[in-house]
Amino acid sequence: MQTTSDEALIARIAGGDRLAMQVLFARHHVRVYRFVLRLVRNQATAEDLISEVFLDIWRQAGKFEGRSAVTTWMLSIARFKALSALRRRQEDELDDEMAERIEDQADDPETALAKKDKGTVLRQCLTGLSAEHREVIDLVYYHEKSVEEVAEIVGIPEATVKTRMFYARKKLSELLKERGVERGWP
Amino acid sequence: MNATNNEAPERSEIEGLLPWHAAGTLSRRDAQRVEEALARDPELARRYALAREELAETIHLNETLGAPSARAMEALFAKIDAEPARRQATSSDFGGRFSDFLANLSPRTLAWSASAAALAILLQAGLIADFALKQNAPGGYETASAPSTAPGVGAFTLIRFAPQASFDDINKFLQANKLSIVAGPVPGGLYKVRVAASALPKAELGDIVKKLGQDKVVGFIVTAE
Repeated sequence: MQTTSDEALIARIAGGDRLAMQVLFARHHVRVYRFVLRLVRNQATAEDLISEVFLDIWRQAGKFEGRSAVTTWMLSIARFKALSALRRRQEDELDDEMAERIEDQADDPETALAKKDKGTVLRQCLTGLSAEHREVIDLVYYHEKSVEEVAEIVGIPEATVKTRMFYARKKLSELLKERGVERGWP
Repeated sequence: MNATNNEAPERSEIEGLLPWHAAGTLSRRDAQRVEEALARDPELARRYALAREELAETIHLNETLGAPSARAMEALFAKIDAEPARRQATSSDFGGRFSDFLANLSPRTLAWSASAAALAILLQAGLIADFALKQNAPGGYETASAPSTAPGVGAFTLIRFAPQASFDDINKFLQANKLSIVAGPVPGGLYKVRVAASALPKAELGDIVKKLGQDKVVGFIVTAE
């Protein structure tokens, strides 16, 4: 039902219906924002990007053919925008940011205390994954995308999606082990 | 997947599906295969529990990321307003044609048929409102601590649209008065609607509410914080 409604909204947006755009934005902007934020790791950039994402949807609604779910199409656009923004940033800036994050987490007394909580440690390790691994984990677990949909959004074969998910989870296990949580897998 | 190469190929394949099974996005056939394998393989079941933990914590992590400010929506609609005007095209799909059909019915026509009126209300609720129901549904991912998506900057009203108002009526009303829906519906079918980009004196907002309340599209209106 949600998919049908989204498609109906896109059809109206293609006709220049501003209200339909408001509804679509209200319905999806938080999830799109979170997807982008997890990739670019900067709130201001993520906010700028979601207005660009939805502007693209406004402009390209007439070209949407309904071959995939609207949310899949939307996340594909969001991903492209996020990666373009990341390319504009210096690689070393990203590395520094990443290092600071991990270091901060390790030095934070509250974090040290929270290490007793497996869930907290797991979330910290999810944050510590590479962008590629974070992306596939988020798409599968948070955005509820099937193997086929992840393949479409990321632009890789379905077999690669499964392999990438496996390695993302394997890396997660390694990070957990470094923090004293042994999962016995893989 | 080197780590599982020494295991039975079928088990390895099933294990690869566990994250999607946890998320509930497998086909019925694959889901059944996984369920059967889980029932006969305790180690696989243990690994499935790991995937479920990952699922729960990934949702938790994402839900703590908050929501964008009103700036994103304002920037978007400022850009849309700057775009060249588009002719309202007639939709070619069934949903669009159905919407257009209902949009063209006058309130009097709707009153003749209880079923048509019910459909109009359903359409209004479906096209305008169900995003909020989805986002705030108890089974959804929204947490009580997640920040509200309702933008806080501007002057606002709470509006319940008249049941007989068509989709097009509401659209024209919002456009004519330069209004935008920022949240809703809350219980009672009320929408939070921005009437100005910045806060207004109470008296001025009261005058606007009075004026808007005279429109036949509006069933109920009050000022909002």
